[in-house]
Amino acid sequence: MAEEKIKKVSIVVSKGSLEGIYPGLIMANGARMEGMEANLFFTFFGLEAVLKNKMDKIKVATVGNPAMHLPSLLGIIPGMSAFATSKMKKEMEKLDIPPVGEFIEMIHDAGAKLYACKATVEMFHLTKDDFCGQVEAIIPVGKFYEVSAGGQIIFT
Amino acid sequence: MAMKNLAGKTVEVNDEGFLANPNDWTEDMAPELAKEEGINTLTEQHLKVIRFMRQDYKEKGQIPTIRRIKNASGVGVQDLYALFPEGPAKKAAKIAGLGKPVGCV
Repeated sequence: MAEEKIKKVSIVVSKGSLEGIYPGLIMANGARMEGMEANLFFTFFGLEAVLKNKMDKIKVATVGNPAMHLPSLLGIIPGMSAFATSKMKKEMEKLDIPPVGEFIEMIHDAGAKLYACKATVEMFHLTKDDFCGQVEAIIPVGKFYEVSAGGQIIFT
Repeated sequence: MAMKNLAGKTVEVNDEGFLANPNDWTEDMAPELAKEEGINTLTEQHLKVIRFMRQDYKEKGQIPTIRRIKNASGVGVQDLYALFPEGPAKKAAKIAGLGKPVGCV
């Protein structure tokens, strides 16, 4: 028997590293490509993905990540994170995965809604002006559950 | 695989209705394929996207992604979703007689 299709997803992006941000963006974009409704909620360091001055400076974490197969002591060398990031970005470009800024714009234009977490915005002393124009609103968690109603919630 | 009659020609299609061989496609099949996707009238703008995809596939050997279509054809993402609701990449590829896109973006 065919399972009922997923019609709506709300994805929480809570991390600010390249590997923390992209999965959520790819999932949100992929949801729209499949005709699903999609919301993105950026919280804590995940906010970097939608901050005007930070979104295109996102880097891979080279310390404390065993899957990098790089000893943490080497990971702290200045420029190591920038190097790993540039290598990874090249591979992503080959797959036509856009830089964060362009991807956010595409996801927004595809009809997904983007929100920033109110508690983090207040904690970091940010205002709406610090965010890219694609961010719909700064909302508290209660409102997030309201916009997520009837769909699946995915935390990344 | 099943056979199907499109614009007076019998072609092979997969179980989702995508043409098995892109070379079987002719532009007069597009309106019938579009109807299957719920698009009753193909406008010039639809055809612009479809022709771009055909051309790009011919040159690059792969089905263009939404990003590729946006950056190289001049039709923006918002317009693509308006032209091919609920999934421009797959719908446009199907109407253009190409296979089903398998990429993640």
